[in-house]
Amino acid sequence: METNFYVYLLVAAGTLYLIRMLPLTLIRKGIKNKYIRSFLYYVPYVTLAVMTFPAIIYATGSVWSGLAGFVVGLVLAFFDGNLFRVAIGACLAVYLTEWLV
Amino acid sequence: MCFFVRTGRKYVLTCGQCTVIMSFVGFKNQRSIMMSNRTWYGKGIKDGIPIALGYFAVSFAMGITAKEAGITPLQAGCMSAVMLASAGQFAAIQVIAAADTLVQMAITTLVINLRYLLMSSSLSQKIDKKTHFIHRLLLPCFVTDEIFGIASNVEGRLNPFYNYGAATVAVPGWTLGTVLGATVGAILPERVETALGVALYGMFLAIIIPGARKNKVLAVLVTVSMLLSFLCSELPVLSGISSSMRIIILTVVISAAAALIRPIREEEKQES
Repeated sequence: METNFYVYLLVAAGTLYLIRMLPLTLIRKGIKNKYIRSFLYYVPYVTLAVMTFPAIIYATGSVWSGLAGFVVGLVLAFFDGNLFRVAIGACLAVYLTEWLV
Repeated sequence: MCFFVRTGRKYVLTCGQCTVIMSFVGFKNQRSIMMSNRTWYGKGIKDGIPIALGYFAVSFAMGITAKEAGITPLQAGCMSAVMLASAGQFAAIQVIAAADTLVQMAITTLVINLRYLLMSSSLSQKIDKKTHFIHRLLLPCFVTDEIFGIASNVEGRLNPFYNYGAATVAVPGWTLGTVLGATVGAILPERVETALGVALYGMFLAIIIPGARKNKVLAVLVTVSMLLSFLCSELPVLSGISSSMRIIILTVVISAAAALIRPIREEEKQES
């Protein structure tokens, strides 16, 4: 018998919700341990850095346009830091590079 | 810093930025207390707009993949609205297309999305200890890579209404893009869609780079993370590891190493 789509979805969404929910409900106190605190403080930086590179250079039509988006994003983020401008700047760099190459 | 941009118009800009940063530090605690839920919600909407745009472009591909797997636009829309997970959804679609068991669905979802366990743990220290239980149940509905990114980036303590604001614009962007992708396929010119696809990576850079600019430890951390991520995806044996496993393994290993080598000092703790 074929499993219904919505049953699949229920299992996937339920599992996903538990992963996201459990830490927030179970860890209700401020963690005192300096090493665990440090670990959790570093997590966002490491995980976003790992997710961005090298994925960004393979996300476009060619490595070169991806690299252009990465470098422009990096420079804009360094000097400006505005989410919207950095995102659009990276997109424009990719678009222009693909148009030129 | 000033040394870099001493000449021309940019000097003024940097001065302005310094003033802003200083005033943030000075009134940080006061501000967090004073900002109402409504203000946080509005701030979330504003910061959620680039996320919504990026999601809209990326979710087209999601819709197209769903359609190819025999999933209707309505079903694909439901999936996007309740899951809000890119890689997680692609994996779920594969499980459905292969007609695998529900146990396989649960395991696949768990493995692909394990990084959210770390993100939620990190957020548990970012929100106020007294945050109501309802918000501890509701907030995790809106922990995506991108919303997590901007939420960890706010000054001081995080108010859950910030996430709700971001989700108010980001969820429709994600869902609508999926439904359109599943209905009409690619409507944006290919080059535009490719270009918009890097919007989310650009945002990640905007979140981590300013911190790295101010703090040398973070600068080293971000550089090492990117280098190791690159090596792990290129080297012969290591490249066999799936990208979701690579993300979680590297996050745990690098963050743990950083915590042991450079545990945060008191003033940094307050920022986090």
